[in-house]
Amino acid sequence: MAAVAVGRASVGPMLARQTWAEFLKLWRVPAFSITSLFLPVMFYAFIGIGQSKEVVSPGVTFGAYFLGSMAVYAVANVMIFSFGISVATERGMKMDVLMRATPMPPWVYLLSKCITALAFAAMTLVVLFPFAYVAGNVRLDPLEWFTLAYRVLLGSIPFIALGFAIGYLSGPNSAVAVINLIYLPTAFASGLFFPKQLLPSFIQTIAPYLPLHFFGQLGWDAIGAPTDESVTTDWIYLAVYGVLFFALALWAYRREESRKFS
Amino acid sequence: MPIAAQLVAATKKYGAVEALKGVSLDIDLGDVVAMLGPNGAGKTTSISLLLGLRKPTSGKALLFGLDPTDLDARSRVGVMLQESGIPAMLKVREIVDLFRSYYRKPMASDRAIAMAGLEEKAGALVKELSGGQRQRLYFALAVCGDPEVLFLDEPTVGMDVEGRRSFIERIAEFAKLGRTVVLTTHYLEEADQLAKRVIVIDRGVVIADASPQEIKSRVAGKRVRFMAAGLTDKDFEGLPITTTTISDGGVQLLTNQPEAVLRELFRRGIEITDLEVSGADLEDAFISLTTHKGTT
Repeated sequence: MAAVAVGRASVGPMLARQTWAEFLKLWRVPAFSITSLFLPVMFYAFIGIGQSKEVVSPGVTFGAYFLGSMAVYAVANVMIFSFGISVATERGMKMDVLMRATPMPPWVYLLSKCITALAFAAMTLVVLFPFAYVAGNVRLDPLEWFTLAYRVLLGSIPFIALGFAIGYLSGPNSAVAVINLIYLPTAFASGLFFPKQLLPSFIQTIAPYLPLHFFGQLGWDAIGAPTDESVTTDWIYLAVYGVLFFALALWAYRREESRKFS
Repeated sequence: MPIAAQLVAATKKYGAVEALKGVSLDIDLGDVVAMLGPNGAGKTTSISLLLGLRKPTSGKALLFGLDPTDLDARSRVGVMLQESGIPAMLKVREIVDLFRSYYRKPMASDRAIAMAGLEEKAGALVKELSGGQRQRLYFALAVCGDPEVLFLDEPTVGMDVEGRRSFIERIAEFAKLGRTVVLTTHYLEEADQLAKRVIVIDRGVVIADASPQEIKSRVAGKRVRFMAAGLTDKDFEGLPITTTTISDGGVQLLTNQPEAVLRELFRRGIEITDLEVSGADLEDAFISLTTHKGTT
């Protein structure tokens, strides 16, 4: 009898392989990779460039302001779409069932998806920042570039949880619709595309409570624009939303567990 | 022999449907076992309990003496399930390497790919594979961890006769390494070709657990049908028949010796028309198995 495998595999290489696989799965779907990387740039080209030199507040051009908006939009977009749609699709194809029967711990699967989403988010910034520099003539201090980058990456974590919850709560065919119905209107209402003052008044009253509003403020503050609340307040609200979204995601995950695997 | 997998008085209800009604079985290390039964008999449910994908309503399921969801137990097991998906946008070798990383001492990816006969498709995306190739990829994923126990739930479903035959040979090759194989099927000949032990499940209970030879001898191999007026059970007394069904002048017999039965019927001077002799399907086989059990 040949030697047989006994004991568990080490988690490090497993996580690396799983992350690489998750990355390839998304990268090879142009509907996701092209959209995530170039949609923000396209919006920037359409909306940002024409009036990039206009001054919106002392020392801040519209080009820089809209870079803050699009950085937030791009990153949250990746989080919600990559997580929401891939989880929903994989549930629909029953990929999770085979995974469940393997010795891979479920957290490896989830963490690999988070890492992949963060990597994609970082890549969108790598495309967006130089574009804004060249086409939008945006000039920031090195520290401001860095602050914008780390804030939008860190602030995107609650949206990972939101994407995850949507992935578990909606079906493979409805996930895209659900996401567009939730994400696009809130992006508009939070002033990521044009100033909130132009929105209908009833939206203006709910807008200051939306998670993307606080997330947007972190971006605008990073490039030196004035915002309604302090950065600390923004982080606290985002953290609270993060906890809520994680609780929702956990509930959705457990609901699925008890339906499928009991 | 140490026990690899075990069900202890396991029952499973899905809502009001009772899929398993108290099944106990031990699968020893080194066993090559076929679970045989018609659709809905409880084969897949049994496998799901043994793999920890479902929890028994009552009773126990154990894998190497552990809870089947324990990763130490799962690390010793390879699995091929019905109706499970794999990412369409990964290449064959990539997904084999991914599954290898789940195990401590996997086999080389080339070897796993060769065992599944996918050498020429190693660089192809999963979405480019045909149905049969996809099924073989699932097999590669099941064996790539070099597991002690292989669970295969209806591995040949949807394959043609040739595909099934060569697939069974691949499984036999793996079993020859001294590994334990548990497969479900509804083809008696697959069980016969591969297994040393056949567990027959019907309507949630084990109705037979024996060697393939013994099961075959208990299963009627041929179905004899004809029309004849006014016959009763009495006319068939003393014949080597497992089951007799008479209705509206039509007679159906299940037997392993159709020639002897017909010779005797002609000798007794019974007038028959529309004679038809055919191989019994599994449905018939089950009728004779259950009947056999009831009458002896």
